[in-house]
Amino acid sequence: MELSALVPFLAAAIVAGTPILFAAVGEVMAERSGILNLGVEGMMLVGAVMGFMITIVTGNHWTGIIAAMAGGGLMALIHAFITVTLKGNQVVSGLALTIFGTGVSGFLGKSYQGMPTADPFTPCVVPLLSDIPVLGPILFKQDVLVYISIILALGFWFLLYRTSWGLTIRSAGENPAAADAVGISVSRVRYLCTIIGGIMAGLGGAYLSLAYVPSWQENLTAGRGWIAVALVIFALWNPLRAIAGAYLFGGVEALAFRLQTAGIQISSFFLSMLPYLLTILVLVLVTVRLRQEAGAPLALGVPYDREER
Amino acid sequence: MKREPLIEMNNISKSFPGVLANHNISFRVYPGEIHALLGENGAGKSTLMSILAGLYRPDSGQIKVRGRQVQFRSPRYALESGIGMIYQHFRLVNNFTVAENIVLGAKRRGIINRQEGMEGKVQELSERFGLGVDPAARISNLSLGEQQRVEILKMLYRGCDVLIMDEPTTVLTPREVQDLFKVLRFMADEGRAVVLITHKLHEVMEIADYVTVLRKGEVAGSDRIENLHESDLTHMMVAREIEYGQVNRNTAPGPAVLEIKGLQVRGDLGYLAVKDATLDIRSGEIVSIAGVAGNGQRELVEALAGLRTPAKGSIRMKGRDITDYDIRKRLELGLNMVPEDRLGMGLVPNISVMDNSILRSYYRPEFSRGPFLNYSRIRKYARSLVENYNIYLSDINYPVNFLSGGNLQKLLLGRELDKRPQVIIASYPVRGLDVAAAEAVFQLLLRERDKGTAILLVLEDLDDIFRLSDRVAVMYDGEIRAVLDADTADLNTIGALMLGAAPTGA
Repeated sequence: MELSALVPFLAAAIVAGTPILFAAVGEVMAERSGILNLGVEGMMLVGAVMGFMITIVTGNHWTGIIAAMAGGGLMALIHAFITVTLKGNQVVSGLALTIFGTGVSGFLGKSYQGMPTADPFTPCVVPLLSDIPVLGPILFKQDVLVYISIILALGFWFLLYRTSWGLTIRSAGENPAAADAVGISVSRVRYLCTIIGGIMAGLGGAYLSLAYVPSWQENLTAGRGWIAVALVIFALWNPLRAIAGAYLFGGVEALAFRLQTAGIQISSFFLSMLPYLLTILVLVLVTVRLRQEAGAPLALGVPYDREER
Repeated sequence: MKREPLIEMNNISKSFPGVLANHNISFRVYPGEIHALLGENGAGKSTLMSILAGLYRPDSGQIKVRGRQVQFRSPRYALESGIGMIYQHFRLVNNFTVAENIVLGAKRRGIINRQEGMEGKVQELSERFGLGVDPAARISNLSLGEQQRVEILKMLYRGCDVLIMDEPTTVLTPREVQDLFKVLRFMADEGRAVVLITHKLHEVMEIADYVTVLRKGEVAGSDRIENLHESDLTHMMVAREIEYGQVNRNTAPGPAVLEIKGLQVRGDLGYLAVKDATLDIRSGEIVSIAGVAGNGQRELVEALAGLRTPAKGSIRMKGRDITDYDIRKRLELGLNMVPEDRLGMGLVPNISVMDNSILRSYYRPEFSRGPFLNYSRIRKYARSLVENYNIYLSDINYPVNFLSGGNLQKLLLGRELDKRPQVIIASYPVRGLDVAAAEAVFQLLLRERDKGTAILLVLEDLDDIFRLSDRVAVMYDGEIRAVLDADTADLNTIGALMLGAAPTGA
């Protein structure tokens, strides 16, 4: 592929990777605090439908974004209540929320199916930077949510690895007893991070329905929430690596789409399968070389109970 | 000059379901003092200190810090009052560096962590107290002794002036113990106070300024170390009357059935928990292991049962080397074990009495054919167990966690004894049982001994040990220090051996 074709392809890869990036960075935060949230897919769907509906009602996509964040955050609050306060099983709660989110988003969005967005996000050209050859058109002629997703990923990385708050969050996920012993409220940290995760998943969903597609249809996310969960492992629970991973997945998705429109004689079903195939492949590879040092937070998925000895 | 106490605990009482852990305890610590809190297992030392550290709340009594009355709702409040506790299991994040662990949760300005600033401060503190810890090192790469120094630094960083250490020397090498004591002395000289929870007498004599001895949840005595002799402390710790009549001893045991030679076993944390165990158990005798918990008994028993691979040494049963046998092979040979944790390890809480009764023998032809279980036989078997071992229950189809402790133990013992074992190993078989249930368990064990089984018991109560055993093996610091005839040994000798005194004579 020559350069002139590569530039729009890479730009498309970034767009396709952005919803996954939002959700994956949010999930990194939740898992770093020790909470596994398998409800990401459901939270993305709720975010997508809420964002879409409210944008149509108000005519302003920013109110839609706020609604999407609220929807995802609320679902995550349920997850936090079940897993932190009630010390319930995180896998079961997450799966239930995904099923719930799939159903409720389909129900809410029924009459909005296939409608065009009232106020979609459009590319927002960054002056000067967009004039850089090659890199400019790929990175700086995107819509504003793309920039926000990158800033958030960088910001959360800084928060996790360069601040005392990040230390607190990671300690809750590594050894909550140690955190508790120095006076950190493990519950509060876990609630907060889970809710941040839900808000980010909601944003990812809204990106699909307000910028990427931009429209609503049932099961719009088509498993991107699950890819985001897998991506967290691929990224070794680090938001910076999540950026690279998200764009890799975005690239495969964009490639499959391109090959289809180019009329290559491969079944379109096979092509749309590619990102998921890559997910499995990546997980196998990562798991094989995963080491304790850089691995999962040690207390991931384990409820914390002070009285338990 | 009359000094003001740093800590004053008055009339503290605390009970847990079924146990009065602390009864009306008063306890004072003065600045500049190393205060040893001495007592046997279950004497209430850890409970009392956990109350001071804010982990438990007392049922009654009051705590004063520097003369001001306080109420700690959680460890955080205790820390803010300058009281820090270092637990036996360190509370450190293994994937963090030393510096990160130390600043974690501490109050300071700004939220941005600067690597150099963080590590510089820790370095400074570490040098001042001669702790020699590298702030950039990862906890998972440190030895247990170094990890303990990180815990101490953590408390100093927070400005703690009362440091409570729970059995700090268990995981240390003798050299590290000396280093630790130096640091503690330095801290005391600076006007801080150290409370040392321990059961090792020689350590108390070596480092403490003041001793408080607890026995069965009450203060048995407390004085300055100069006014006390080692034998006074032993007496305070174990003094009691023997309340029951003696059981007849077996004077003519048979040949050795289980022979343990030079056994070494590693503990969970990787250090040698059993350093040297040599012991024979003969047919028709009960040998008890006496020792303060944590001196290697658990690891020894697990190695014998096949749950832990010994690092060195051999185990022979009836002349055959079984050191490398797996659990089922040992079982088939007739070596049965009654584990310490009844519901955790011995039985499966949520499945029925009937299913639990065949957990160790379900694969035998009497209960199964291929993958299918013969439930009519199993039911009959479970009923016979219930009858033969006097287990009180309403229905064998109910999950075992509905049974009382005594009935659980009888079920567990019944299941093992019913296999006509050659060797029985039982850890704390009467822990948590009331007198009547304990008596029933003892009778079962004695009956089994008279049938010619070789029995090894781990018991915590010296009275029980004396009543039941034919011989007593005293374990201290991973070694079997002495094996004594129960008839000729006396309580104070065993008490002193348990606390680390060197064996005399033979």
